[in-house]
Amino acid sequence: MKHTQLHWTVIAIAAALSLAMLWVAPLLWALSTSLRPEYETISPVLHYLPRRWTVEAYAKVLGAGNVPRWLFNSALVALAVTVATMAISLMAAFAFSQLRFRGRNLLFLLSMLALLLPFEALLVPLFRTMNGLGLINTYAGIVLPQVVSPVVIYVFRQFFDAVPHDFRDAALLDGASPLRVLWSVYLPMSGNIVWAMAIVTFIGAWNNFLWPFIIVTSNDMMTIPLGLTQTYDAFGVRYAQLMAAALLGAFPVALAYIVFQRRVTQGLLAATGLKG
Amino acid sequence: MKATRRSEALSAALLLLPFMAAFVLFFLLPAFQTLYLSLTESSLTRTSAFVGLANYDTLVHDPAFWSSLGNTFYFSVLTVIPLTALGLAMALLVDRFTGDRQRAGTWLQSVFFLPYVLPISVMTLIADWMLQPSSGIVNHLLGVQRAWFSDVHWAMPVVAIATVWWTVGFNMLIFLAGLRNIPREQYEAAALDGARGFAVFRHITWPALLPVTVTALVLQLIASLKVFGQTYIMTTGGPFNTTRVTLHYMYETAFTQSDAGYAAAVAMAFMFVVVALGLLQALLLRKRK
Repeated sequence: MKHTQLHWTVIAIAAALSLAMLWVAPLLWALSTSLRPEYETISPVLHYLPRRWTVEAYAKVLGAGNVPRWLFNSALVALAVTVATMAISLMAAFAFSQLRFRGRNLLFLLSMLALLLPFEALLVPLFRTMNGLGLINTYAGIVLPQVVSPVVIYVFRQFFDAVPHDFRDAALLDGASPLRVLWSVYLPMSGNIVWAMAIVTFIGAWNNFLWPFIIVTSNDMMTIPLGLTQTYDAFGVRYAQLMAAALLGAFPVALAYIVFQRRVTQGLLAATGLKG
Repeated sequence: MKATRRSEALSAALLLLPFMAAFVLFFLLPAFQTLYLSLTESSLTRTSAFVGLANYDTLVHDPAFWSSLGNTFYFSVLTVIPLTALGLAMALLVDRFTGDRQRAGTWLQSVFFLPYVLPISVMTLIADWMLQPSSGIVNHLLGVQRAWFSDVHWAMPVVAIATVWWTVGFNMLIFLAGLRNIPREQYEAAALDGARGFAVFRHITWPALLPVTVTALVLQLIASLKVFGQTYIMTTGGPFNTTRVTLHYMYETAFTQSDAGYAAAVAMAFMFVVVALGLLQALLLRKRK
C-alpha cells in the first residue's frame, strides 16, 4: 500500500514539473530573445540563450518611439479606472445595502442585468455615444465606460450586507452622514475586499484591449496593449525589441500579481461569485 | 422617523448618482440603441431609415454571418473542454502539495496562473515569435517549416492552443477553490474506511467538484464565444476567413463598412446566444444552492 502511494507521488511531481516547464517556457523564451542583439534573432542557428547578453533592445524601446508614451497612457488610464470604479461602486453598494429608499431592489436588479449582457455587443452604439460626446481619442473616452462594474458593486454589497446593522444605526444616531458612515465605519472593515477588487480592476484596466481598440485611433493616445499590436510598423521585424516591449507591457501586471497574489485570486473568485 | 426616511432616500440618490449616470449612459442606453439600430439602416455616425426586420432577414440569409458563427463555435469546441479538463488537472496537482510542501504548491499555482494576467497582445506577440515559419522555436523543435497562421487547417487550432496556455490558470483557480471547500473530515473518514487513490477521487473529490465543473464549463463557454482579440491580432480572420469569428464580423461590418444597422443585428444575434447561455448558468447555479 505504501508502495502505490509513493508511486503516485512520483507521477504527480513529474507531471507538475513538466507542465510547469511548459507554462514558463514561452515567457523565458521571450525574455531570452529580448536580451540579445537584434542580429542574433534572425540567425539561422537557434541558440536557447543569447550568445551576447545585452539590454540594447530595452534601451532602444524605452529611448525612442511610442512605447514610453503608451506605458504612461496605460498607467494613467488604469489608475483612473481603478480609483473611479472603487469610489462609485462603494457608494452605490453602500446605498443598495444600507439605505432604505423606494425602488431599491428594482434598481439593483436592473444594474445586475449588465452582468448578463455582453459588453462586446454594445460596442457600436457605445462608439456612437462617445462620438456624439466628442470623446474619441481622449482619456475620458477610454476611462468612462470601464467604470461601470456591476460585479464590483455586487461583491461590495454582499460584504456590506454581512455587517451587523447596529454599526450603522449607532453612527447614524450620532448624526453622522451616510457618506461619513461609509468612510469611517464600513471602509475600515472592508479593507481586504476593497484592495482585492482594486487590484483586479487595475489589472483588468491595464490589459483591456477591446475598448481602447474601438475608441482610440491616434498613436499618441494608445495604451500599451493596443500599441503593441502596432509595433510591427514601428519596429519593422525586430524581434528583440518586440519581446522587450511586450515584457515591459506585461511587467506592471505581472508585478502586481506576484506581490498581491492572494488578493488577486481572492478578488477574481469573489467576482465569479465562488467565494465571498 | 419620517424625516430620517426622507433624508435617507436623498442620501441614497446622491450616493447612487455617479454609478447610475455611467450605467445609463454607457450600458442601458447602448443596450436599447443596439436594438433600435438593428431595425434601421445606419452608418457608423448617422441613423437613416427605419427598415423593420430587413437586417434580420439579410442576416438569416448571410453565409458570411453563419460562417463567422461556425468559426466561433469551432473555437469554443477547441477551447472549452481542454481548458476545463486541464484546469482541473492543474488544480489537483497543485492541491497535492500541502503541509510542508505548501511552498512548492504556491509556486506551481503562480506558474500556471501567471500567463492569465498578461495583456492579450503580449500573449499574441510571444506566440507569433515562437511560431515564425523560418526562425520560430516551435518549427525548430518539430523540425518543420510550417506557416501556422496561414495554414487553413492549423490557424484556428493554434489560436486555441495559445488561448489555453494564456487562460487556463483562471479555471485552475476555480477548481482549486472548489477543492479547498471540501471538508477535510470527509477525506479522513474515507481513509478510515480504507479508501485511497482513485477511489477517494471518485467517491469524494469528484462529486464535490461536479457543480464547480458545471460552473467552469459554462463560464468558459461564454468566454470562448466572446473571442475576438486573439483571432483578430494573430490571423486577422484569415486564411480565407476561416478564423473570422462573429464579433470580428460585427466589428468589420460596423467599423470598416460603416453599416452600423446591420452590425447591430449581428450584435443582437450574438447577444441572444450569450444571454441564453448566461441564463442556463444562472439556472444551474441556483440548482446547486
